[in-house]
Amino acid sequence: MPRKVPKRRPKLAVWKFSSCDGCQLSLLDCEDELLAVADAVEIAYFLEATRVAIHGPYDVSLVEGSISTPHDAERIRRIRARSKVLITIGACATAGGIQALRNFRDVDGFVRAVYARPDFIDTLATSTAIRDHVTVDFELHGCPISKSQLLEVLNAFLNGRRPVVPPHSQCIECKLHGTVCVMVARGVPCLGPVTQAGCGNLCPRFARGCYGCFGPKETPNTAALAKQLTALGWRDADIANAFRSFNADAEAFRREADANAPLPPPAGEGGARAKGVGG
Amino acid sequence: MERTAPTTGRSALPEAAILDREGLDALIAALRGDGYAVIGPRLRDGAIVLDPVESADDLSWGLIDEQDGGRYRLVPGDAQTAFSHTVGPQSWKRHLYPPRQTLWTGRRDGRGFTVETPADPVPHHAFLGVRACDLAAMAVQDRVFGVAPHEGRSAGQERFTDSGYAARRAAAFIVAVNCGRAGGTCFCDSMGAGPKAAGGYDLALTELPGCGTPAFLAEAGSATGAALLARLPGHAAGPQDRAAADASVEQARAHMGRAMVPDAGPLLARNLEHPRWAEVAARCLSCANCTMVCPTCFCTTVEDTTDLSGDHVERWRRWDSCFTVDFSYIHGGAIRQSGLSRYRQWMTHKLSSWWEQFGTSGCTGCGRCITWCPVGIDITEEARAIHDSEGRG
Repeated sequence: MPRKVPKRRPKLAVWKFSSCDGCQLSLLDCEDELLAVADAVEIAYFLEATRVAIHGPYDVSLVEGSISTPHDAERIRRIRARSKVLITIGACATAGGIQALRNFRDVDGFVRAVYARPDFIDTLATSTAIRDHVTVDFELHGCPISKSQLLEVLNAFLNGRRPVVPPHSQCIECKLHGTVCVMVARGVPCLGPVTQAGCGNLCPRFARGCYGCFGPKETPNTAALAKQLTALGWRDADIANAFRSFNADAEAFRREADANAPLPPPAGEGGARAKGVGG
Repeated sequence: MERTAPTTGRSALPEAAILDREGLDALIAALRGDGYAVIGPRLRDGAIVLDPVESADDLSWGLIDEQDGGRYRLVPGDAQTAFSHTVGPQSWKRHLYPPRQTLWTGRRDGRGFTVETPADPVPHHAFLGVRACDLAAMAVQDRVFGVAPHEGRSAGQERFTDSGYAARRAAAFIVAVNCGRAGGTCFCDSMGAGPKAAGGYDLALTELPGCGTPAFLAEAGSATGAALLARLPGHAAGPQDRAAADASVEQARAHMGRAMVPDAGPLLARNLEHPRWAEVAARCLSCANCTMVCPTCFCTTVEDTTDLSGDHVERWRRWDSCFTVDFSYIHGGAIRQSGLSRYRQWMTHKLSSWWEQFGTSGCTGCGRCITWCPVGIDITEEARAIHDSEGRG
């Protein structure tokens, strides 16, 4: 007989910052497991799923998206204050996301070029990870995150154990699955050796090189990989572009991109790397 | 000529025969008929991998592999040969010691809990095309997993036999293939592990090229193998067939792509602070490919999973690598933080401290770690650099 001690279900909140919503949708995408999740936790705030909003404090907050406006920077601090455990999900929340490409350019120039009324735009010069603003209890990488890893992390926090989310290379995942190495057997440039596992080796299974969606693995040796990418025919600009994608502002990827194709310093004062800039 | 114990007392059974393509097909059919799942070398995704085969047609006819550091390509070869390629990215440990295994499952049961061992049936595999280096690797893992006794420091391990490995190993029927061609990263000869299978098989095949049609010298290495051989359509092997087979193997021996320097074990042991370690660490990606493809690397980690209710738990064992940081995590942190310390741990274990631990080398010269390293780090070249620097000193 299952033991059923009546106890308060933990309150789960899902928050969105600058992002495409894809990572939050991974939770809805859990389908078969979603009912079990809804049974195990009280979904207190999750606008993608329900308009009902229950006040905090929250036992677990999942945070998607990066901090890109003064309002964001202020709001994440309030969320942190109301959350016992705060878990960031996805490349935006853990590395600033694709929108962190602006960190390397003049954001005022973008605003002037894109918007008819630039004076309506209140933005920070940078798009940064949640970790740069508040204390984060766990970071789940990926663009988007893997739904099985998300379930694993929720599961681990609910059961008071360490999540099984290894920070090792994509290569280990390929080898466990029996996927033939595309770089060695086909000469296809691949970021797998410096990228964290977790996606289910999606691209190499289809003879494509890894795009680095899950960001840098632990102790990534990007310089050694870049040398091999050159040997496989990539120009410096190709290497820089490969590292400047969804995890462009993750430190190891940013450094390697800069080493291969340095960018001119952003014009104007807006180029200062804003960290934790509040309203 | 026979290095294995002949099947004495069973003189009615042939110890050697010549098989043609139909004979090879009959071998696969006979194994399947006897209830074995036959695993053999077949083409998938640009490489020759170890997957199920149903007939001789599934084998990699007319393909040879060009191998070098960080490079593997298949090119056309003699269409009448099925085994003129060498080893691919996978080794047989994938089947003897799978990448993921459930160790036990647990269930909350009232106030206590129940633990159950999964009762998975032991797979009956027939391994077709096991090269000498990989047979040697099985013998190495037999020591590691407590199946074969040894005189190393971890002697007595057979008291703690890995039951899953032992069961799969005992159930396997092994068809070895003696190499008639060496690959660009092969160095089994300098490790004393090949290119001719030295035993530990049920049947050994040697491809006899240049006959115009497929021809294999099949030699029995066990009573089971001899009994199976007797059921196959073939004709008796003569001395000239054995001579041709020997000549083919010698051809492979003469063309090893690489060679390990002699006495690499003591060499590395007295050079633990050599500047070469820093040089190789600058190239090493710590991606762990070398350990994943190595046929003797055996390290694993343990992962626990729960369901959301916490009422059901599973404990899994998964291949791990000395190249991950977590692997050396002990109280207070990981003890091998640098890439240098991790590469040195792997290479010195393989070639040096393995001897102390298990009484053998941990390397059989298959060359996979060289080919499948994305940046082509070459274990023979690293050993040679240290060796040559001593000469200069």
